[in-house]
Amino acid sequence: MALLNNIGALTHALDKEMERDSSIIVYGEDVGYEGGVFRATVGLQEKYGKDRCFDTPLSEAAIVGTAIGAAINGLKPVVEIQFSGFVLPAVNQILAHAARMRNRSRGKYNLPMVIRMPYGGGIRALEHHSESLEAIFSHIPGLKVVIPSTPYDTKGLLLSAIRDPDPVIFMEPKRIYRAFKQEVPEEDYTVPIGKAKVVKKGSDITVVTWGALVREAQKAIEEVEKEGISAELIDLRTISPIDKETIIESVKKTGRFLVVHEAVKSFGAGAELISIVNEKAFLHLEAPPTRLAGFDITVPLPRGEHHFIIEPRQIAKKIRELVKF
Amino acid sequence: MLIDRYDPLEEEMLNILDKNGKIVDPNLEPFIENDNLLKMYQTMLLAKVADIKALQYQRQGRMLTYAPNRGQEAAQVGSIAATDKNDWLVPAFRELGAWLYKGVSLEQVFLYWYGNEMGSKFPEDVKMLPVSVPIASQLNHAVGIAMASKIKREKDVAIAYVGDGGTSQGEFHEAVNFAAVFNAPVVFLIQNNQWAISVPRSVQTKSKTLAQKALAYGIPGIQVDGNDVLAVYAATKEAVERARNGEGPTIIEAVTYRLGPHTTSDDPTIYRDVSEVTEWEKKDPIDRFKKYLIDKGLWSEDKDKSKYEEYENYVGETFKKVEGSGFVPLEDIFKYTYAEMTPNLIEQYEEYKKHIGEEGA
Ligand SMILES: Cc1ncc(C[n+]2csc(CCOP(=O)(O)OP(=O)(O)O)c2C)c(N)n1
Repeated sequence: MALLNNIGALTHALDKEMERDSSIIVYGEDVGYEGGVFRATVGLQEKYGKDRCFDTPLSEAAIVGTAIGAAINGLKPVVEIQFSGFVLPAVNQILAHAARMRNRSRGKYNLPMVIRMPYGGGIRALEHHSESLEAIFSHIPGLKVVIPSTPYDTKGLLLSAIRDPDPVIFMEPKRIYRAFKQEVPEEDYTVPIGKAKVVKKGSDITVVTWGALVREAQKAIEEVEKEGISAELIDLRTISPIDKETIIESVKKTGRFLVVHEAVKSFGAGAELISIVNEKAFLHLEAPPTRLAGFDITVPLPRGEHHFIIEPRQIAKKIRELVKF
Repeated sequence: MLIDRYDPLEEEMLNILDKNGKIVDPNLEPFIENDNLLKMYQTMLLAKVADIKALQYQRQGRMLTYAPNRGQEAAQVGSIAATDKNDWLVPAFRELGAWLYKGVSLEQVFLYWYGNEMGSKFPEDVKMLPVSVPIASQLNHAVGIAMASKIKREKDVAIAYVGDGGTSQGEFHEAVNFAAVFNAPVVFLIQNNQWAISVPRSVQTKSKTLAQKALAYGIPGIQVDGNDVLAVYAATKEAVERARNGEGPTIIEAVTYRLGPHTTSDDPTIYRDVSEVTEWEKKDPIDRFKKYLIDKGLWSEDKDKSKYEEYENYVGETFKKVEGSGFVPLEDIFKYTYAEMTPNLIEQYEEYKKHIGEEGA
């Protein structure tokens, strides 16, 4: 066991898996020598050499496009996009090719590849450094979209992602890269993709969230607990495919549903979850299933970002509203 | 034509001012009005002071992430000074000298880096696009601006900036190709500062020069000493004139060096030798230009000292103003999403306004 933060867990997982599986290659901008701007890949080049961990020219389309080719030809690329806001030049490769290669080749080619990227706000960053684009990737059939929120899950989910035969978009909530530490077992373990985690049991309302907001929701729930409200908290962990079962089971028990996400509200993952709840648990509902999400605006720069960020007290307020409904 | 004389395939580089500020070849010295020479120099000096102080503020926890320009003042100012007021400036994100020269106030620049979008709301008569954080995608906008200028039979040229790293992006190549095919009046100014964060220029391309990439697209390219303001000026002037005369685009590679970190969140000591930095410090573009101006009788060490102090105060005052600017009002974060707020946005705005009215922001 080692006490690690989220970044430490990433590096540890990559290291262990590269040691175990020599077909893994890791690359991207600044990934090799420097170990990435967030230092997720630090030490890997030194240990595994420049064939297995290297810097690339500044070109996201080439990073992802070549990963597709390398995956077809027997390697397991784990590539880094420096910030999720800069994945856009590679979106053609991801949507038009990575997501469809298995289908187009009628199952001949799998793409065991992982595209890692830090995402999300709350770090007072420059433009294009704060967006949450999970819904865009989740909308496309053929991709899996994973978001860990703890060091334990980071390791377990990353190992699952690397071992998965399909392309996985691995989104890392950078706000909590170094926010806290957790015991992470040395040994090999995985956390399954497609399985949500019940973080805390409760009986009055189901709160679903992911990424950095898991901790914010926890704070909110502690607050309303003092008022006698018992909330069940679920960390979705995988945005696509969604774990319907865990959510429906929970909503059937609590009768109320709140989804909280950092991404803009409209056409987001929240809408998808609410529709699932409506389809599968309508008769159990005692209040309208509700979203608390980012506004439908470009994420403001730091001097306006506090308006955009979702705080525990907002979550608490929504929980109260729904419980009183 | 300078552009024909310096073959980028042979790594020939235009240089006019030597390290001591002496003219290498009198035939090359561009004619620039004295007033303009002084404007250029002072803009470079202001950029330098602003940079040094912004870094200090950041270390004091008063400034947010900032992208320093030290070392690149000649590449920035020399190039923009060779354009006209009516020409368009399409920046990447590290062109402080060019913005200041173009007429963007330091207050605005700081406001932007301080995390307030209003820093990108430039005066109506400043034809400059906002900073482009996504690398190289701005180049196609410059080409579009230039194409429109041509279609409208106007004479305005666009000058677009990109880094050495940016030349690896697909859009760099798409933009240059488009511009070449349509003979668009655009100048691509590559600031080759040797590094893209921790990745050296040698990992961006196997080409000997970045300027030679022009040749593959059928347009001229020239490599210039980017720390030599006169060389940058002369090459850009020629490229701008070619563009204005309907002769199409040019690539200029300004060979320079980023003396500071990539941004304030970066630590170059991890990947770069101190000796490399000290070598480049000897080629400081501002020192060279200063010596030239002093030789010409236009400037003196005394004037320099007092100007530097004046700028230190000015930058300090400006930053204090920016620090006092407070948070962006709620309305502002909604107002610019569409020309008119959609019903959906009005609902979100009103609901949140009520929330903060009840509970405070
Ligand atoms: C599309 C995209 N990918 C990655 C980044 C992150 N990033 C910001 S600056 C930079 C290096 C840029 O290097 P270069 O183009 O040489 O310009 P310089 O910063 O050296 O002036 C990188 C990788 C980005 N802003 N945009």
